[in-house]
Amino acid sequence: MIIYPILIPLVFAIITVLFWENQRVKRALSIISTGLLMIVNINIFFVVYREGIQVVQVGDWPAPFGISLVVDLFSAIMLLTTSIVAFLLAFYSVDGIDLARRKYGYFPLFQFLLVGVNGALCTGDLFNLYVWFEVMLMSSFVLIALGGERTQIEGAIKYVILNLLASTLFLSAIGLTYNLAGTLNMADLALRLQAVSSSGQVTVIAVLFLVAFGIKSAIFPLFFWLPASYHTPPVTITALFSALLTKVGMYTLIRFFTLLFPFESEYTHTIILISAGFTMLTGVLGAAAQTDLRRLLSFHIISQIGYIFMGLGLFTEYAIAASIYFLVHIILAKTALFLSAGMVESIQGSFDLKKLGGLYKHRVGLSMLFLLPALSVAGLPPFSGFFAKLGLIIAGLESKQYFIIGLALFVSLMTLFSMTKVWNEAYWKPPKDPQYADQQKPVSRWRLAPVIIIVVLSVLLGLFANPVFEVCQMAAAQLMDPSQYIRAVLGMVR
Amino acid sequence: MQRSIILPVATRFLMPLMLVFSIFLLLRGHNEVGGGFVGGLVAASALMLYAISTSPSALWRLLPLDPRFIAAIGLLISLFSGFISMFYEKPFMTNMWIEAPLPVLGKIGTPTLFDLGVYILVVGVVVWILLEFAEDE
Repeated sequence: MIIYPILIPLVFAIITVLFWENQRVKRALSIISTGLLMIVNINIFFVVYREGIQVVQVGDWPAPFGISLVVDLFSAIMLLTTSIVAFLLAFYSVDGIDLARRKYGYFPLFQFLLVGVNGALCTGDLFNLYVWFEVMLMSSFVLIALGGERTQIEGAIKYVILNLLASTLFLSAIGLTYNLAGTLNMADLALRLQAVSSSGQVTVIAVLFLVAFGIKSAIFPLFFWLPASYHTPPVTITALFSALLTKVGMYTLIRFFTLLFPFESEYTHTIILISAGFTMLTGVLGAAAQTDLRRLLSFHIISQIGYIFMGLGLFTEYAIAASIYFLVHIILAKTALFLSAGMVESIQGSFDLKKLGGLYKHRVGLSMLFLLPALSVAGLPPFSGFFAKLGLIIAGLESKQYFIIGLALFVSLMTLFSMTKVWNEAYWKPPKDPQYADQQKPVSRWRLAPVIIIVVLSVLLGLFANPVFEVCQMAAAQLMDPSQYIRAVLGMVR
Repeated sequence: MQRSIILPVATRFLMPLMLVFSIFLLLRGHNEVGGGFVGGLVAASALMLYAISTSPSALWRLLPLDPRFIAAIGLLISLFSGFISMFYEKPFMTNMWIEAPLPVLGKIGTPTLFDLGVYILVVGVVVWILLEFAEDE
């Protein structure tokens, strides 16, 4: 059952290659594939919710020797959220990707990216995780450079080099881990690292992983590749990356530090908290200086990553639950913001806040599609961002980390300021060029429908914060008690 | 530019030899040195030798399908080999073998099919890449 999230996009990616010349079939296949994926993931979520952690031993090799696929509640939540976003993006790309990119393999790459993401979310094996990350990165390398515009290539080079460096660190850390513990199965590893937890080597490995995934998920001080590259491809691709790539990096960090290195709390968690604080702050300060809508939103990705990271740094069950809720919230809200920005561009032909203006006067509905997720990201009640931040702050109060709470609140205020700036510039102020004012360029339904759905989902996430948060707490409880995971994978061996 | 006569003549002998050798590599691959990947590379280099000694367009004519399709079909075969075990209610990619070894081919099972897919995939991808480069000239 839990092999299907990997197999469905893989099969469809290959079939899409067979229909290389036929644009209509390709986009239909992409929608069918992501739709199927979403249905399967909904199903997986409910199975995991009712019956607990699901495990498949690929190739029927018993646990520590073969590759295990493990889906616990946290993975299931992530699978579900990413597949919903992927489904909606498949609709958006019908119109949101130009013909040249569609011809040169956008659709198969989209599917391969999903293969990598789902693989990384499902796997229970360290080296296998590396492989899935590579699948993901290969697809993203091509996606970011596809189109071959000058700025794009510049962004792509930075992105590729930094991510390759991260992969190298990741691989070295895997080598060291294998040298130390003699296994790469994550459940088995969790047991064996317990036995050597006094050794300084474990700390070294933990920090190596922290740096490797820190680069991939863009935390301070390793984030600089993100604002340099994320604004260059079409906004659909940026939305895809912001929803999947950095978030999978975060997923992995949470998985590692709850399952593999829970005993490292003293040293690494201080680093995590400090880094989280700076990530929030630099992200939002960077955003304040931007006038290009996509760059501004890219900086906000970093700032919001900081919050998720803060939950990991606090390392209580409640904090982890808040981080998981935050992940779901930010994936939905951020995608909505990027896609709205894409619609703004399709109407007024620019991402430059100085040139934009007057959208609210003529396009009230469209403006709401930006305003609601923007307020949500800023953390105003009753939106999901408020509950996500509330959770983190309550967790912070419980562990008496007042400094980081203060910072989180301050950054929240700055985010609100930054979103207000966008609102004023793009939607409220009269446009500089009066010809924009009466321009009534229609937005295609393929773009509008997915954005509406995602905004509605984002709002619902806020309105039904309590039940969702309870599920997140269940997931966090599973994470904080690694013995469940270990038992599910290794069976009754030990 | 005048073409050398040595290369076309040598290719006529080398190409079949390399192709046969690539199949040999493919089949012994499961437990010994070899396998789909190396076999595919050898087969692809045989095809490239042909393209160099005659012309890239001659290779196009020689290929039954667009290299993209060859690659995709190879992938599908590999993937399908993983599905076989699921029909027998075993997890994905469990090895299944035909009990009695066949003459010449030896022991055949799903890994052989997987390797065959890899072989086709490598041939397709390498030829795809190289023809793409050749077209620029």
